[in-house]
Amino acid sequence: MSANQKGREPLRIQRYSGMARVNHWVVAISFVILMLSGLAFFHPSLYPLTGLFGGGATARWLHPIAGLVLAVAFLGLFVRFFTANLPEKGDVAWVAKSIDVLKGHEENLPEIGKYNAGQKAVFWSQAILVTVLLVTGIGLWEPGLHAVERWFGFTASLDQRRLAAVIHAGAAILAITIWIVHVYAAIWVRGTLSAMTRGTVSGGWAWRHHRKWLRKEVARDSSTSKT
Amino acid sequence: MSYLQPAFDLAKRSATTGAMPAPAKPAVEVAKLIDVSKCIGCKACQVACMEWNDLRQDIQENVGVYDNPHDLSENTWTLMRYAEWDNPERGQLEWLIRKDGCMHCQDPGCLKACPAPGAIVKYTNGIVDFISENCIGCGYCVKGCPFNIPRISNADNKAYKCTLCSDRVAVGQGPACAKACPTKAITFGTKADMKKLAEERIVDLKGRGYPKAGLYDPPGVQGTHVMYVLHHADKTSLYAGLAQNPTISPLVELWKGAAKYAGMALLGMAAVAGVVHHAITGANRVTPEDEANAEKLKERKS
Repeated sequence: MSANQKGREPLRIQRYSGMARVNHWVVAISFVILMLSGLAFFHPSLYPLTGLFGGGATARWLHPIAGLVLAVAFLGLFVRFFTANLPEKGDVAWVAKSIDVLKGHEENLPEIGKYNAGQKAVFWSQAILVTVLLVTGIGLWEPGLHAVERWFGFTASLDQRRLAAVIHAGAAILAITIWIVHVYAAIWVRGTLSAMTRGTVSGGWAWRHHRKWLRKEVARDSSTSKT
Repeated sequence: MSYLQPAFDLAKRSATTGAMPAPAKPAVEVAKLIDVSKCIGCKACQVACMEWNDLRQDIQENVGVYDNPHDLSENTWTLMRYAEWDNPERGQLEWLIRKDGCMHCQDPGCLKACPAPGAIVKYTNGIVDFISENCIGCGYCVKGCPFNIPRISNADNKAYKCTLCSDRVAVGQGPACAKACPTKAITFGTKADMKKLAEERIVDLKGRGYPKAGLYDPPGVQGTHVMYVLHHADKTSLYAGLAQNPTISPLVELWKGAAKYAGMALLGMAAVAGVVHHAITGANRVTPEDEANAEKLKERKS
């Protein structure tokens, strides 16, 4: 019996609070700015992307500022979500069935909490990469280098700055690759994007992809509504 | 930096793929020869550089050395570096004064590292020039340079260095520093002529008790268009840390070479993988049964 037949609104489950969504949007927008401006400096054929920011000099000015915004905002996401991303026993079983994951055969997968192992991998790898990008990025930014010199008395040598450039580029490529996977997964698994835009997912989405989490949410909901 | 671009043909252009158009005229490579053994450390070259290029370095503090200013800067494109060496073989103190500045490499690391199209160019005559209007102030040239020469201005956030007076060379003049040098320690001409002149000087120096005298034209950067005659060519580091065999850092080669292609390939493959996966499996949709199951769960609990 479906919800509509009973004349009720279809079941929606709250997945993210308003503040969590704002936090994620800040990360998302700054990430896209960083990706577009950064890629422009990475390969000459992508240099025209600087036109989106009003030219190369502006893009170069904006990039590190957007980087600081992202670093702070990402820290917010980290604090919010790291407990939900701690490894669990079920993660191994999920990874073992990655072929079923790719085929979309959720029926063969174990019941999953708020995040599956893939989502956790995205979370932890981006946390590491953002840290690496922040540290190496400061090494490529004159005001950042001056600040480090003033506050910590550390002067980066030319070779250290060259190394920072290589690591920054490599880490950025990995971060963008993971971002592509992250965005693709959100598109492929229909019904996901409303979690980012409205904070809710349909009951069916939660049942299909995060059943353990749904059970917990429903149990908590009923226990609070009963009192 | 040069606001009036001399009408030289380009041999290389930063962040530009493909070859440059064939030069209209056959190129004559030029060079500046700095004979360190003739330098008296008068700094006339520094003054001439300031005057011609209209540069004024802020006054700094005297820290007890002759080097003034302390370092190259956006307003100091050439700098006399004074090194004292107690020569054990000759039992004498030698004052090795090197005029530091852009070496105008045949294979310029700054140009290789630069991400802004046309911000760094190399003319067919060998001069490496920064084109300020294209410069975005990223500082990649600083990392690319094996000689630690370019400096970023805090005023306009652009990179600056010696232009080899490309504007003067364009109208048949030599660089301002060479014109001002009172001992002809700095000479300017075709690279072939300068090498010949250096050869004569080296023969002379060898006859005067400097058996290791030689020309500094480092092959690691395919030679330079600013060359030194050194009395101790086997010990270049005596000259305020001049590199014996400078090359573009392998880190820069990796960053601007393999990493560029591998990175683009990885991103492209990730995007293609997404499209292919979606084409094969189709969208992962929530079924009506999923919705019904969720409703049932909800009803059971409440």
